[in-house]
Amino acid sequence: MIRDITIGQYYPVDSILHRLDPRTKIIAVFAYITSLFLIKAFYGYGVVILALGIVIKLSKVPIQFMLKGLKSIVFILIFTVSINVLFSTGEMVLVKFWVFTITVEGIVLAIKMALRLVLLILGSSLLTLTTSPIQLTDGIEILLNPFTKIGVPAHEIAMMMSIALRFIPILLEETDKIMKAQTARGADFESGSIIQRAKAMVPIMVPLFVSAFRRADELAMAMEARCYRGGAGRSRMNSLKYQTRDNIAFVVIILFIAFCIWI
Amino acid sequence: MSIEIRSLTHIYGLGQPFEKTALENINFHINKGEFVGIIGHTGSGKSTLIQMFNGLLQPTQGNIFVDGVDINLDIENKKEVRRKIGIVFQYPEYQLFEMTIYKDVAYGPTNLGLSEEEINERVTRSLTLMGMDESLWEKSPFELSGGQKRRVAIAGVIAMQPDILVLDEPTAGLDPKGREELFNQLKDMHKLLNMTIILVSHSMEDMARHADRLLVLAKGRLIYDNTPREVFKHIEELEKIGLAPPQIKYIVRELRQRGFDIREDILTVEEAACQIARYLKGGK
Repeated sequence: MIRDITIGQYYPVDSILHRLDPRTKIIAVFAYITSLFLIKAFYGYGVVILALGIVIKLSKVPIQFMLKGLKSIVFILIFTVSINVLFSTGEMVLVKFWVFTITVEGIVLAIKMALRLVLLILGSSLLTLTTSPIQLTDGIEILLNPFTKIGVPAHEIAMMMSIALRFIPILLEETDKIMKAQTARGADFESGSIIQRAKAMVPIMVPLFVSAFRRADELAMAMEARCYRGGAGRSRMNSLKYQTRDNIAFVVIILFIAFCIWI
Repeated sequence: MSIEIRSLTHIYGLGQPFEKTALENINFHINKGEFVGIIGHTGSGKSTLIQMFNGLLQPTQGNIFVDGVDINLDIENKKEVRRKIGIVFQYPEYQLFEMTIYKDVAYGPTNLGLSEEEINERVTRSLTLMGMDESLWEKSPFELSGGQKRRVAIAGVIAMQPDILVLDEPTAGLDPKGREELFNQLKDMHKLLNMTIILVSHSMEDMARHADRLLVLAKGRLIYDNTPREVFKHIEELEKIGLAPPQIKYIVRELRQRGFDIREDILTVEEAACQIARYLKGGK
């Protein structure tokens, strides 16, 4: 149930995508997201889907595993689609009832929106699936480094991100445990009205918050005990170096962006 | 009230690279009124196994019968099974959430839909059983010490009045006095209420003293199912799977090797003292 959430999860297999430099992958994801919003023509999405398909294939992450991550956005997806279908204005009116008008333009827009959302989630989840949290934050820190001159705390941001990412599975596991403990005490999370179900969440949320604060406290203590004082003067065990495969990846990214602007 | 486990296998993350076999072909039967201990090294599948008892986890293969009924066949029945089998998880104090201790213990009985008086009676009884003073009942559970929190959490499960109480490492992190008290309270309940108790623990000394029967798990397999006396005879085998038999067993073994004619199945220090004294007297 709760383990189905794949956001921020790392999928440990060995593939060309896993071996790419994290910086390359971060830049690629940004390029990819931008391209999604640049595309105007419908067949452009076909090209993006094809490209994404190839990249997923290369990553060796099973497609079913990725699609499972979409479960969490089903609600947002349905919401966006229905809003777009019901409220968009356009010339070609299909149905009109009460305050709603369904137009061809609205339906087209809704499909585009849905496609964008799905592609957005799939593409960006590929980043965390193929990059271990440590690599990811290393990459972010180095990419943010130039901005330290204008006061961006690059190391601190990267550290916070890595801690946040690190805590996702821990808190999920904790939620799972608390849910089980309360279920064993006769709690019921699956049936009842929305209000009843929201109320049933209290016995989970309170212990979860308590333990999150406790963990944060303990972690801060442990870091201080090991003399952590921020980024200044810290060296790293594995420094990142661009390889040939990264250069190839950059060429592909530039070509892809150019293509998206062109169509 | 009995539990029967038949060819149970559980695999986590089936078909993913994280796939891990937690339990493999487990068979056993627990009768009413037994005090059963489950021991095994970290990761041997103990916690997975106890979650099977009341249907919190579905087995990949095999069946669990409670009073002859397969609990995973009849979904309607699950709530009733969960009432009959109370599980106290590791560090149960992390499940406390209510404003007062009383209310927290009342959470389970309230979920059962009992009447006000019945709830009151059960909360009073279980808090008293766990030795919580009445002056504390209206306090917030977050103000208590670790050991007290633990006892409130256990009281919360006892208030469900289960026929079988399963405890996962209930003494972990408690001081020696707290451990002893908790064990005595469990023993009392076992005797007074004729409650079946299944205990998961790392402490072999405690197990030797309290359990009637031991189940030993190693890498997801059940390797011994016998009385502590028999199980702890296998000192080498237990060491091999990362368990340390009670220290007194080593002394007994050493003495026997040096020609002391004492019994091999001695379990506790008191027994050993008795036997050695008898041998020394008889020897003279």
